[in-house]
Amino acid sequence: MFRNQYDTDITTYSPQGRLHQVEYAMEAVKQGSAVVGVRSNTHVILATLKRSASELASHQKKLSEIDDHVGVAIAGLTADARVLTRFMRNECLNHKYVFEQPLALSRLALSVADKCQVSTQRASKRPFGVGLLLAGYDATGPHLFQTCPSGNYYEYYAMAIGSRSQGAKTYLERTFDSFPECTVDQLAKHAVLALRETVSSSKDTELTLENTAVAIVGKGTNFVIYEDDEVKPYLDMIDADEEEQPAEAEPAAADAPMTDA
Amino acid sequence: MSILQPNASVRGLPNADPRVASSGFKLGEHHDPYDPLDVAHPAAPLSRHFHPYEDNGGTVLSVSGGDYTIVASDTRLGSGYSVPTRYVSRVIKLTDKAVLASSGMHTDIAILHKVLRIRLTQYRHRHRKEMSLEAISQLLSTILYYRRFQPYYTFNVLGGIDENGQGWSYGYDAIGSHEKVRAVCSGSGQYLLQPVLDNQVEFRQMAADPTRKELQLEPCVELVKDAFTSTCERDIYTGDLVEICRITAKGVEMEKFELRAD
Repeated sequence: MFRNQYDTDITTYSPQGRLHQVEYAMEAVKQGSAVVGVRSNTHVILATLKRSASELASHQKKLSEIDDHVGVAIAGLTADARVLTRFMRNECLNHKYVFEQPLALSRLALSVADKCQVSTQRASKRPFGVGLLLAGYDATGPHLFQTCPSGNYYEYYAMAIGSRSQGAKTYLERTFDSFPECTVDQLAKHAVLALRETVSSSKDTELTLENTAVAIVGKGTNFVIYEDDEVKPYLDMIDADEEEQPAEAEPAAADAPMTDA
Repeated sequence: MSILQPNASVRGLPNADPRVASSGFKLGEHHDPYDPLDVAHPAAPLSRHFHPYEDNGGTVLSVSGGDYTIVASDTRLGSGYSVPTRYVSRVIKLTDKAVLASSGMHTDIAILHKVLRIRLTQYRHRHRKEMSLEAISQLLSTILYYRRFQPYYTFNVLGGIDENGQGWSYGYDAIGSHEKVRAVCSGSGQYLLQPVLDNQVEFRQMAADPTRKELQLEPCVELVKDAFTSTCERDIYTGDLVEICRITAKGVEMEKFELRAD
């Protein structure tokens, strides 16, 4: 009711004890196109939907490598994401220089969250309008973290953020119990299937080579991004499933393990 | 630095009395005018100085052919007349096409290698591709010159495959002066080894022979092994083990080759 009076200034609380500017920043994240993250006992996989401004424009990059063992998917203001990406790369390099070991993901997520928090408590700044899904593998295993403009960070088994991510979250809630024991291919299939739940009927009606990007990191695997032609095997995985469903002639084939892409 | 001189830090020991000569040499009087890092100290005897540099010995080389490069270094770490360790790696693989080997002071080598690795990672993040051999050669020169007034005591050789698939080597001095060549070496065995490389790889100081062909990869590796064996015989700071990296279009392969441990 009194939102308009208390939402102009980042340093003003509302009577309900909320910081509306921070919440508006989180709205910016919800406007970005969807990204999905899933985690097993050995790997973490990110699947992203890349948006393009028009037919003439390229599709916006959503995945970035931070270090050999960690990468990030972004949703929201891309320029803000670039600043955070640069910051994270620097943190990882500094830690590796001093300690000769990769930076633990929880520490990285914490430092990003603290950086986001600073701009929620200064009158001269505005919050970062970007949410991140950090995926990485460190000494304690695979991890998936989400960071918010508010300065909070959470660890997840599986998560989706961005526009129309609720469909993906529903899929993940249904299936995430099976993730720990999944192979890389099975996990990738879940990630892409979850991402498919976020495509709209009007704009990007399906996942294509141009608008999909997948990244994998885990035990024995450095962070690597698959996009354009390289993402084809992952899209084929879910298409193969679809073709076999109406046929129903070979139910055994539908359960056959996929070969390594 | 002359091989017959003791380690400079010996001068700083509290019980050393420079008025009494021992072991056949006089303390406090060594000054090699050709070594830019050997600063003459006109200070009074019995005073202690901090000497930031020490030569840990070792020999490194880089030899290039038409489409390959071999970068090799020994692994002995010397300190004065002692051998603190028989295995220390002086070679660092920077990319699939470039390998750096450094001789000189081990701590400066280790830090220089760390700094280079970081710079290469930053380049890869910004430009989304690996640094080329030519770019790395210029970067190393710049990094070394930044420390013009307190240099990295490192004598580097960089070798690899350039953007056209040709093998090239670069030799450096401590402050970044560098030259693109086919064969270069550095370190304690440098004066024993360079003439051999000039003659056997680049066929210099030899009568011209139009039928003589450039060395291929495997004969070149044999030459490198022989060269190290010979250097090891005459240079006390070279020995123990040699790490040999072959850089070709396939990538970098490392091999270890044993030397005399005396």
